[in-house]
Amino acid sequence: MSITATLTVRRGEGGQMTTTSSYEVPYTPGQSVLDGLRYVRAHLDPTVAIRHSCLSANTCKECMIQVDGKVDYACTARLEPREMLLEPLGNKAHLRDLVTEVAPPDERLAHALAARAKAEG
Amino acid sequence: MEKGARVSQDLVHFETDVLVIGSGAAGMAAALSAGGAGASVIIADRSLIGRSGATIMAQMTVAVALGSQTPDASEFHLADTLKAGRDLCEPSLSSLVCEEGPQDILKLDEWRVGWARNEDGSIRQAHAPGHDRPRCVYVDFLSTGPAVAKTLRGRVLREKGVTRIGDLYITDLTVTDGVVTGAVGFSMADGRAITIAAGAVVLATGGLTRLYGRNSASANMAGDGFALALRAGAELIDMEFVQFFPIGHLAPRLVGMDPIMWDPFRYKLGGKLLNAEFREFVNDYGNEEEGRYNVTRDRATFAILSEVKAGRGSPAGGAYLSFQHIPEADLRAAFGPVIDRLAANGIDLTQMPIEVAPIAHYHMGGVRVNRAMETTVPGLYAAGEVNGGSNGANRLSGNAITEALVFGRHAGESAARFARGTGRTAGAPQAALDLVTATTGVETENYAGDIEELQKVMADLVGPFRTEAGLTEALARIAAIKARLGALPPGVPGLYDMARLDWFDLRTMLEVAEMVTRSALARKESRGAHQRDDFPLMDPAYVLHHRVRRAGDAIVLDRVPVEGSTLVEVA
Ligand SMILES: Cc1cc2nc3c(=O)[nH]c(=O)nc-3n(C[C@H](O)[C@H](O)[C@H](O)COP(=O)(O)OP(=O)(O)OC[C@H]3O[C@@H](n4cnc5c(N)ncnc54)[C@H](O)[C@@H]3O)c2cc1C
Ligand code: FES
Repeated sequence: MSITATLTVRRGEGGQMTTTSSYEVPYTPGQSVLDGLRYVRAHLDPTVAIRHSCLSANTCKECMIQVDGKVDYACTARLEPREMLLEPLGNKAHLRDLVTEVAPPDERLAHALAARAKAEG
Repeated sequence: MEKGARVSQDLVHFETDVLVIGSGAAGMAAALSAGGAGASVIIADRSLIGRSGATIMAQMTVAVALGSQTPDASEFHLADTLKAGRDLCEPSLSSLVCEEGPQDILKLDEWRVGWARNEDGSIRQAHAPGHDRPRCVYVDFLSTGPAVAKTLRGRVLREKGVTRIGDLYITDLTVTDGVVTGAVGFSMADGRAITIAAGAVVLATGGLTRLYGRNSASANMAGDGFALALRAGAELIDMEFVQFFPIGHLAPRLVGMDPIMWDPFRYKLGGKLLNAEFREFVNDYGNEEEGRYNVTRDRATFAILSEVKAGRGSPAGGAYLSFQHIPEADLRAAFGPVIDRLAANGIDLTQMPIEVAPIAHYHMGGVRVNRAMETTVPGLYAAGEVNGGSNGANRLSGNAITEALVFGRHAGESAARFARGTGRTAGAPQAALDLVTATTGVETENYAGDIEELQKVMADLVGPFRTEAGLTEALARIAAIKARLGALPPGVPGLYDMARLDWFDLRTMLEVAEMVTRSALARKESRGAHQRDDFPLMDPAYVLHHRVRRAGDAIVLDRVPVEGSTLVEVA
């Protein structure tokens, strides 16, 4: 039998994390947690949200989550052949599943709207 | 009621002189020049501003005829660019990059980007393949792109007239009486639909390499700008020319590093490409590489894949790259902290070769523009990798960042000028609004899986080596995936909904894949990055651009002459 990893993902939106989902994914040494999550999305459940841009260059810094309670980048944390608990960051506004609001405040839609309202007096 | 539906369905509307879509080097340069010309600017990005495209990932070098260490002039840079482009460059665009590159590179230096220096204080220039002399500036260690992105972002932040909006995914352009008058999109963060009325729009959305299974792309390089331009009625050229980076990292799995990182190792230190028999092979394919690494990307790709085809590939399906002959002290001196990052991945270059293979890296083709970065639709400008024409059939290494800076600056200036003379047209096409506000039931189709399938089709059948049979099959398979794409995105507008995002990405990727494949099928020759097994030679009758446009719902393809050539149709 081939070796697998089990990813247990906290699910929900807007801070209401009501459930967890567990997914069994194939494991190859050296893979990242993000590799595992991308496998989940393409093969098991596309509704799982994990924010990422660069995939493996570790330049965008968007994929920060908690892996077994520790803050880490999903793209550099190693996948391990066991159960791993994945949760969103605890100190940022929660959007969906593993995604939190990581954009700088002045680059968000809300900021642009507020700035416009102010300019219009 | 579905939970996501509690998010406001209100339509958010903005007005601006210039809308810049994309915030890589090209988009930020455009925002700076448009803002500098007094225009109000919105710069929108589907992800984080300045951090989500290719620019920040570029680790290597930027080509520019500074002559800071070896005498140089733009004519020499242009000669190398045209030679790499295999007769398909538009010389007026390529020359703009070569002539004005120094100005933008020195401006970045003034803004303290940190170009590496020689001991005498002059800007250091490395000798990259395809260049006739040392011409490529960089920031140590492998930090060129991050430094450029950070510097530009810092300047954009200071530009008062520029509003930055991240997580704003643009889905369609608004066209009113044949003029581009804005765009439609939605906020990734909360799902709200957004319309923007703009005096002019600059497309700076970067490339399309996410279409391919093995790539150096970020998730945002699905080719959005090519599809946006097509749907708005603009012309695109040279869509068959996808550059494969010959020595992308293949094995062992390496995380936290850019897959194209081995190139600078080769410039600085050499490094041997070996086949399964541990024999050097690049020169078996008509190249003359002697210690110096000077073979262009298309030729190196050809050599590696030919070895794989002949059964002499490395275990993971590429070639070995070995630095075992280089003393550890030299490795450390050249790449300091990078050596530690490799060690964390279990890679010790003094002990083992790594495996490399060609990966999709850059797109030469794209939106057709003139020297003012005007597309063929009034009100629409384009800059950066989304443009076609400046690199012909193959891009010279280091030219992409230079071109993004120069073209971005021109596009911003032109857009600001156009916006000054036009009013604002509110309103957006209903069909586009219907997509971003759609509320549909639960989706059974896995679009993330469909995207993966499309990537496999493109890699297997529309990769560096192509055949008529393969390309024809690819078109059929693209059509089959398209048949599974529902008419509307799944779910309801809500918080960071990636399943919904996948629908929009797949819609784009299918259109772009069709443009690439159709153009590749029509080019019955091998030239630069486009290699046909069934037509292995370069054919002078094909010194022509393939042009794609939309006619109704169909994509039509024809040919247009290359600037300066008298050829109008395949003889
Ligand atoms: C790994 C890697 C290394 C490279 N190294 C080098 C190098 O050393 N030297 C060199 O010259 N070139 C290099 N290149 C090529 C070069 O980086 C790119 O061609 C160049 O940065 C493109 O700049 P750009 O501004 O056109 O696009 P990008 O920097 O890719 O920016 C495009 C932006 O548009 C956004 N966007 C896309 N679609 C939408 C949409 N629908 N709505 C809103 N926003 C959208 C994206 O999120 C992204 O932020 C490299 C490329 C890669 C991938
Ligand atoms: S995906 Fe970009 S840093 Fe992790």
